[in-house]
Amino acid sequence: MHMPAPDARVMDRKAELARRLRAVLPEAAVIDDIAETRAYECDGLSAYKCPPLLAVLPGSTQEVSAVLAICHEMGVPVVPRGSGTSLAGGAMPTADSVVLGVSRLTQVLEVDLADRLIRVQAGRTNLSVTAAVEGDGFFYAPDPSSQLACAIAGNVAMNSGGAHCLKYGVTTNNLLGVTVVLMDGTVVELGGGHLDAAGLDLLGVVCGSEGQLGVVTEATLRILAKPEGARPVLIGFDSNAVAGACVSDIIKAGVLPVAIEFMDRPCITACEAFAKAGYPDCEALLIIEVEGAEAEIDHQLALIGEIARRHDPVELREARDADQAARIWLGRKSAFGAMGQINDYMCLDGTIPVSALPHVLDRIGELSARFGLEVANVFHAGDGNMHPLILFDANTPGQLETCEAMGDEILKLCVEVGGCLTGEHGVGMEKRDLMGVQFSPVDLEAQMDVKDIFDPRWLLNPAKVFPLEAAASHRAA
Amino acid sequence: MMTPQTEDQVVEAISDASGPLRVRGCGTRGVVSAGADLSTRALSGITLYEPGALTLVVRAGTPLAEVETALADEGQRLAFEPTDHRRLLGTSGTPTIGGVVAANVSGPRRISAGACRDHLLGVRFVDGAGRVVKNGGRVMKNVTGYDLVKLMAGSFGTLGVLTEVSLKVLPKPERVATLSTQRGTVEDAVEALSQGLGSPFDVTGAAAWPEAGGWRMALRVEGFADSVAYRAGRLSDGLGLAPIDDPWADLRDVVALADCAAVVRVSVRPGHAAQVLAAVDAEVVQLDWGGGLIWLGGPDGAALLRAAQAACARLGGHASGVKGDFGEVPRRQPEAPPIAAITQGLRAKFDPRGILNPGAMG
Repeated sequence: MHMPAPDARVMDRKAELARRLRAVLPEAAVIDDIAETRAYECDGLSAYKCPPLLAVLPGSTQEVSAVLAICHEMGVPVVPRGSGTSLAGGAMPTADSVVLGVSRLTQVLEVDLADRLIRVQAGRTNLSVTAAVEGDGFFYAPDPSSQLACAIAGNVAMNSGGAHCLKYGVTTNNLLGVTVVLMDGTVVELGGGHLDAAGLDLLGVVCGSEGQLGVVTEATLRILAKPEGARPVLIGFDSNAVAGACVSDIIKAGVLPVAIEFMDRPCITACEAFAKAGYPDCEALLIIEVEGAEAEIDHQLALIGEIARRHDPVELREARDADQAARIWLGRKSAFGAMGQINDYMCLDGTIPVSALPHVLDRIGELSARFGLEVANVFHAGDGNMHPLILFDANTPGQLETCEAMGDEILKLCVEVGGCLTGEHGVGMEKRDLMGVQFSPVDLEAQMDVKDIFDPRWLLNPAKVFPLEAAASHRAA
Repeated sequence: MMTPQTEDQVVEAISDASGPLRVRGCGTRGVVSAGADLSTRALSGITLYEPGALTLVVRAGTPLAEVETALADEGQRLAFEPTDHRRLLGTSGTPTIGGVVAANVSGPRRISAGACRDHLLGVRFVDGAGRVVKNGGRVMKNVTGYDLVKLMAGSFGTLGVLTEVSLKVLPKPERVATLSTQRGTVEDAVEALSQGLGSPFDVTGAAAWPEAGGWRMALRVEGFADSVAYRAGRLSDGLGLAPIDDPWADLRDVVALADCAAVVRVSVRPGHAAQVLAAVDAEVVQLDWGGGLIWLGGPDGAALLRAAQAACARLGGHASGVKGDFGEVPRRQPEAPPIAAITQGLRAKFDPRGILNPGAMG
């Protein structure tokens, strides 16, 4: 991964920078020891590593503002970091950067059940937002699989999704407002407890901007009443195409399940070997979950069953109780762990139009044969978000490179059929150099124009999202 | 009036423009701007509709009615329930899908399903420099690059002329029920709406309006027939509600305020609705979105808007003049200086000559 050369003028002023940061932060909140900065050298995309110059852990919006004002004045790049769970290298430092971690910003600032919102500091973890309101029967809907660890700051930066977004949407659909600090230290409030913007929807632009427009320190989130219950059904088919057609027919029939998960044969086999969930021996498996009161669940599952039977399923297993439901989910939820047991793997994140599913799975099969690497497919079938897992052996020289090349081909395929490079993980470092596959130079210019306005010196989260050569003239300006 | 029939012709019209352009579909939404008319009405037709994938791609000038008919044929709809402004504003013409998106128009179901911007998957537009830009796409989960889709929704043509939009569509329900009761005060009415919206019963509409003796509140539930019956029963038992005739089309189009000389639209936290009403002198009032959307009507637009904006400055939220004469009062809630600076900066990037719908966003 090509990175810009560290700015020598910044590297040379490390001591001065540390001294100035210590003047506005508690002693322990400035980390400049080389051994300690290693803790921030990478995120969930651990193939790439680079310790930052310094790391800071501010404890308030005011401290974030003071840090950014200093870095802005000294021309120091800043890499905002939530919990460091990004799978795309969204929080990977450069050698001349200050990592700004929000891990000390964890407070709940306000809960208003009548207005159905919660205001939190942005370092709070996704799951602990729900924990703050579930005693009252509410929850925060976006549920990325890292939800135990990932911070709301990162969720906002990457516009995180989850398994349940067919019904509840992703972060941007559940975000009412943010406090965001611009690179020059200016504190801005976007949105709040009310709906929709008075002027341009800047909240919508900041969400998903991968920490390149500002540092989010507080967020107002929409909370929802928990449904009375939820239950899954497992349906096995003897071809991917039939499973895809079944998904389409269910949606056309007006049923809106809360989740539709798809697994192909390699994935089923691996999960079964690992978790022994009792999955059927078949080519494609759907796990479909519906919500509501008992009678509503029965009604929806009956409809789904009726549609599925028209497609000759090899197995149709409705969960009768919580135990059976847990068994159905067991295999799916252990999919990534199962893969990790048997191999190294790379997890992709493209989205395709649901209608293209059988074609895309065929083409992935061809690519798998061509590159000589196995692929297992897990897929949020309701919304088209695919997670092909390419299996490789990191200890065999050249396999990582082969795997990356094959991953690029799969993502190009996603774009070719009308989809996109990333459905929920973000571009980060990982897909930066593929952006030209999906966007024309003008499309990218328009996005970089937005960056120019929020962060004219291009100091925030450098070397991500935009190909370096495409961004060169903006960075130099 | 310029009515380009292709995206290339939109580029030509913008590149050749020597002065301001009044960007519109058919002008039913009362957007105030000046210049030569540039209408997208000839950029018409559905490009792609996949009911099984819940996605629709459509040219910007396509009549909203044509879109709704095509969706209804497959048992689907635009879940954000866009308002038809013609009765309220006394305008005529054909509402277009591009107009809906450019104004981010959302009706009562916004409270549960989200706004137009939440259903907008992708856009193509020509900016003020004549650049053809695409952003987003036609899939539901997409975080590739910055989200200019949101930026374009509600930008009223000031950043670019939309040529094509992609939207998420949803199934139409089998059954709809509306449940209602009278409460004594606006506080009581909003509290009942909050209880409905805070229940697990998927309320998709929550409105209130004054009537003789108090405030009428109404909740809507939709879905499969048995499920609607169950949820309507639970809500009715809990809140003492009874069924009424469907009021949602009239609420959506704000028909109650059609005869008012001046109309102001306010977005606040539902819990602040009563304080806003106490601060203004309105003749006609309608609350939607659980109390968070307040429609105010009266004879004196300037006084109404000034008072509403003062309340919003204090409480958070925003008030806009929708219809009537507002004198010296800005039609939109003034923004904090850093936000105004970003807005100006973005406009200068996307419309360097300042020719797109000047004045449309205040």
